[in-house]
Amino acid sequence: MWFEDLLIQIKSVLVLNAPEGLRPILSAMLSATPILSAFGGLFAAVTLLERKMLGRIQNRYGPNRVGPFGIFQPVADGIKMLTKEDIVPKTADHSIHFLAPLLLLLTAMLGLSVIPYGEKLVAIRFEAGIVFFFAVGGAAELAVFMAGWASRNKYALLGSLRAIAQMVSYEIPLILSSVCVLMAAGTLSLDEVAKSQSGSMLSWYIMTPWGLMGCVLFLIATLAEVNRSPFDIPEAESELIAGHMTEYSGFKYAVFFLAEFVAMFAMCALTATLFLGGYHPPLPILAFIPGPFWLFAKLMVLVLLFIWIRGTMPRLRADQLMEFAWKFMLPMAVINLISTGCWIALGRGSLGWGLSALINLAAYGALSRWLSSRPNQQKRTYRFAEGPMHAA
Amino acid sequence: MNSAQATPSSDKAQAGPMFESKTSDQAPSLDGTERMEVSMGPHHPSTHGVFRMDVELEGETVVKLKPVFGYLHRNHEKIAEGTSYLGSMPYTDRLDYFNSMTNNWAYALSVEKLAGIEVPERAEYIRVITAELSRLQNHVCLIGFLVQDMGALGTPLMYAFRERERILDLFESLTGARMMCNYMRFGGCRCDVTPAWLRQAHQVTEAFPRFLDEFEALLSENEVLLSRSQGVGALGQDLAIAAGVTGPMLRATGVNYDLRKADAYGIYNRFNFRVPLGSHGDVFDRYMIRILEMRESIAILRQAIRDIPDGDYVHPKAKLRGFKPPMGEAYGRIEAPKGELGFYLISDGSPKPYRFKVRPPSFINLTILEDMCLGQTVADAVIILGSVDIVLGEVDR
Repeated sequence: MWFEDLLIQIKSVLVLNAPEGLRPILSAMLSATPILSAFGGLFAAVTLLERKMLGRIQNRYGPNRVGPFGIFQPVADGIKMLTKEDIVPKTADHSIHFLAPLLLLLTAMLGLSVIPYGEKLVAIRFEAGIVFFFAVGGAAELAVFMAGWASRNKYALLGSLRAIAQMVSYEIPLILSSVCVLMAAGTLSLDEVAKSQSGSMLSWYIMTPWGLMGCVLFLIATLAEVNRSPFDIPEAESELIAGHMTEYSGFKYAVFFLAEFVAMFAMCALTATLFLGGYHPPLPILAFIPGPFWLFAKLMVLVLLFIWIRGTMPRLRADQLMEFAWKFMLPMAVINLISTGCWIALGRGSLGWGLSALINLAAYGALSRWLSSRPNQQKRTYRFAEGPMHAA
Repeated sequence: MNSAQATPSSDKAQAGPMFESKTSDQAPSLDGTERMEVSMGPHHPSTHGVFRMDVELEGETVVKLKPVFGYLHRNHEKIAEGTSYLGSMPYTDRLDYFNSMTNNWAYALSVEKLAGIEVPERAEYIRVITAELSRLQNHVCLIGFLVQDMGALGTPLMYAFRERERILDLFESLTGARMMCNYMRFGGCRCDVTPAWLRQAHQVTEAFPRFLDEFEALLSENEVLLSRSQGVGALGQDLAIAAGVTGPMLRATGVNYDLRKADAYGIYNRFNFRVPLGSHGDVFDRYMIRILEMRESIAILRQAIRDIPDGDYVHPKAKLRGFKPPMGEAYGRIEAPKGELGFYLISDGSPKPYRFKVRPPSFINLTILEDMCLGQTVADAVIILGSVDIVLGEVDR
């Protein structure tokens, strides 16, 4: 609490000493600047961390030349990106080509404004915070398509078409799997959602069967939403070079990169708020460590999970991705809502816990059985040649 | 594509054919959309070198595919006709630059057939050992590249390269070069293997199955890999035989044809090994056949390293300088990692071959790319190409 009070004290001193007319804008800036700089710094750290971690996964070192352990690599990357020539294709639509990365970054950053970083630390205390989050997140599709269309490149166009199909499909299970938390918390405000999980780890929503299922579904949909492996189909390197970013170079490319990472952080922060208790510590004794620390710690765990997945999984094909969204994610998310309803109706006790677990397990079993009954999923056996060779 | 987006014709030279399509042989489909032509390559991450696929797409589905190659053509055959028989040996390294050992062997074999040169027993053993080591590193890298094409970000590839490195270290200590070995000679090999080298080769061979188990545990049951590769790029037996496809690609369709058994060239009839066969002929079968072949290669290596006799590493009467084979012709072929690699030579009695013809397996396996890709998506076309196992140095020559 002391940390949050300190921040609030600093802000009120600064705002109250400013001239009357400047106070609203100064107040907004003092809220936005720490958030943006924190996530900007996190972006730099995570780009390095990702490369280091992928390097270790791949049996190599990762960047280690610039500074001790390569910690200045993000700086070097930034300088490289800034000094690179900014190439715009001759036939491209220049203004839209320019606006697309900015719009993508804007949509990603707006989502950060409704995340509660501490009990008193919310940039915008918004009654319908989660609706706002998904609404601005939805605009990211527009930015991706702008980039793909304005580049006048076939790979970019194919990539952005894939991106639209994928993001629209995965937004439905994404939102449905977050609705279970909203039902249990009885509010649309992320602030209230986080407050309703106070106490120890056991009161986090992930500790319920529906919460666990919701969290897993939410994370899978998040991977698709932010185009991370194994759902990085829109920018599939081996097929579409870089998808909608093919014709971007220099700092515009860096902005795309930044936007993607910020979107990933925002989604991870949302996951942490919805399912992992937000800024609450896992044990009440640890409450002396400020809330933002816990939120960022949970966010980082999720980011590391994403990096790990990226280093391990091959990519799905676009139609398989769709099939997974509509045949598995969507029904499972709807059944998860029923299971949440049962949990609430049965008084949130152990009876509801058991019934909810039963419904989810049965649904998962039935769905996976149905999906894996396709003929080409059988295990193959191989024979060895016997008898004479085929005539040469 | 919307016709309003069509590039003005004056811009074509600079912008290239962007959104307009050839109107000659295709009518617009019923909903008024046109097919999209994408020229994948020669600069493209998945074409394994300078190779181009002119793909025509209906949505994401490939309706037409034209492989375009020749970017790496360097006149290999004609150069060989202007140089001595031995002078071509280093050039053969550059055909399939992953497997210079087997390239050397195929060429040496055809010259030996032409001139009737005997190969001492020890040299035959050394040839088998180096060729099977070559096969191991070729197959393991191919699988790494294939999974990379599926989007696995290089992790399996890096693991494969780690193993390949051990084998390349062996080649380096034996021949002085990691990839361009230039090791075989007519009637034997360039230098002898030492007992220390054989011990090291033994260690590499014994360590390989463990790695292969780990590799398979990570990949063979992976749900994404299964759903990406099973039923994709299926090739029928009849088409494969008619097109002259050889190697693991042919055996994945179930055709029992392995030159190590069919020809039993060298001393392959002394070794106990099996020929794995697939039954679907799709990408997954090609992947599995290579895994299984590596296990058989390890069996051959164990026997060869155990049984290698003492003796000459090159025939004592084999001539290097002033080598002139008698007039005639010969075709020597071996089971290279990618398929049947053959050299057809005509000698007019002079120190240079009159005709020098290469039968490159990856070139011939590549010719049916369109048949495998039609009706599949772009993403599939990329992994089908990856599963063919091509090296452009050999395709283009």
